[in-house]
Amino acid sequence: MIKFTDVYKRYTNQYEALSGLSFELMDGEMAFLTGHSGAGKSTLLKLIALIERASHGQVLVNNQNLTRLPPRKIPYYRRQIGLVFQDHNLLHDRTVFDNVALPLVIAGENHREIGRRVRAALDKVGLLNKERNLPIALSGGEQQRVGIARAVVNRPPVLLADEPTGNLDPDLSRDIMHLFEQFNQVGVTVFIATHDLDLIKTMPYRQVILHKGRLSQQTEHSI
Amino acid sequence: MINLNFKNYLLRHLQVMLFTLGRIWRQPLASLMTFMVIGIALALPASLYVLLKNIEQVSTQWDDVAQISLFLKQDINDQKAQKLATELKAWPEITNVSYQSASKSLEEFRKLSGLDSLLDTLPTNPLPAVVIVQPDGKNLQADVIGDLVSRLEALPDVELAQLDMEWLQRLRSINETGQRGISILGLLLSLSVLLVIGNTIRLAILNQQSEIRVIKLVGGTNTFIRRPFLYTGFWYGTLGGFVAWITLLITMGLINGPINELASQYNSQFTLTWLSGSMMLFLPFTGMLLGVMGAWLAVGRHLSAIEPT
Ligand SMILES: Nc1ncnc2c1ncn2[C@@H]1O[C@H](COP(=O)(O)OP(=O)(O)OP(=O)(O)O)[C@@H](O)[C@H]1O
Ligand SMILES: [Mg+2]
Repeated sequence: MIKFTDVYKRYTNQYEALSGLSFELMDGEMAFLTGHSGAGKSTLLKLIALIERASHGQVLVNNQNLTRLPPRKIPYYRRQIGLVFQDHNLLHDRTVFDNVALPLVIAGENHREIGRRVRAALDKVGLLNKERNLPIALSGGEQQRVGIARAVVNRPPVLLADEPTGNLDPDLSRDIMHLFEQFNQVGVTVFIATHDLDLIKTMPYRQVILHKGRLSQQTEHSI
Repeated sequence: MINLNFKNYLLRHLQVMLFTLGRIWRQPLASLMTFMVIGIALALPASLYVLLKNIEQVSTQWDDVAQISLFLKQDINDQKAQKLATELKAWPEITNVSYQSASKSLEEFRKLSGLDSLLDTLPTNPLPAVVIVQPDGKNLQADVIGDLVSRLEALPDVELAQLDMEWLQRLRSINETGQRGISILGLLLSLSVLLVIGNTIRLAILNQQSEIRVIKLVGGTNTFIRRPFLYTGFWYGTLGGFVAWITLLITMGLINGPINELASQYNSQFTLTWLSGSMMLFLPFTGMLLGVMGAWLAVGRHLSAIEPT
């Protein structure tokens, strides 16, 4: 589903954030992306979401070669990727419902379908009763769950998360990770960058570990 | 199915249209100021245009007063002159002819000048007899009337034919100059409307940078992101055009009184032509075009710069 082949990423300041990276994530797999701060985790996810482009090497996602994708096709490509961020990236002047509906509105879905799917997604993250609220009226964990609902509402085959539990307490973090597991169980490929090693070592998923922009090791974890 | 998609498409546009109107409505003061700037910029050339149109109308009313004076040769006697006058009256392009004998001319000049004693000393009457011809108001184009004047001057009894229309031509050329000036002014002010709307949209884009980033992240195309800004420009332009129309009505209302008074002093039937109907369509339409164009320019320049990081 996601395949990196000898990928380099050099930012304009000549700093090499990723060097010679090769790895593969299978369709329907769930994996964690770990490594020290500045190791290149966010950079790697940005390459998958086409927020950044690789300086060298090949990135294949869902059978599409991202190095060759022309800019005008990027929006359509991004609709296949659900993105979750540490700082949620919600629109603060729109209700929870409208925030979650955004990807469907963009895709031009009709009114009835939007209502049905948004409620299904909000139900999944346990926020059905907050659909009329503005994001500021929610707690950090609730906002994160709105962000997750928005990421999955149009049923993308790939879900990426960059430190989704960064600001949450351990119990909330566990809930959020459990949510990701549920999406994985229905076939979504899930890739999560995180610092929360204590949490993920209790979970049976592969880790992709970065060290100074290089692949450190890949380990299978089981409890 | 296609029908349904099309209905969906129209519905989405309608939603964006109302959504942007709502946004404008929620910042009434800033929006009102923008409307006023656009309104005044459009009303200025429009008012001048309406005034010029009125001047033009007046000048066509005065076309009938154009006349040609035929100064007859000294040796033409009264009888011959009368005969000429009757002949001329039969010409199809002439509506009216009047004759003034040389002695009548002298009498009139005596009255006007008060130079009795000086005139008495002259051995003969130096003034010619005059036949005054009024051409048909329908043939008043410069070349037609020029042709008439030269034909009259070629008559054997006529010394000189003079068209007393120079002041009218002068008025017309002033009017023409005025129209050109207004076109230039209109163009410049339209440009300023374009810039005002462009700048307003630019600020709106900067204000919504984070929102634009989020929309791009979840797969929003440039078309989708552009749409609300284009509609914002549409509303600013159209509503600004309405403000221009109202400003025009008020301006015309204010100068209507004094103009009527002036007209009555000159015994004229003149009243202001409002053009209010066509302006009610023209101003908002022009505003709309400028608004969408200004928004388009601003969006084109600033949207691509905002990419998710
Ligand atoms: N836009 C950028 N321009 C220049 N350098 C950048 C840019 N983004 C990241 N970097 C550099 O690339 C390196 C990797 O950054 P990245 O954000 O991928 O690390 P990370 O693993 O996500 O770190 P953290 O755990 O702190 O989020 C860092 O040294 C950072 O300074
Ligand atoms: Mg990071």
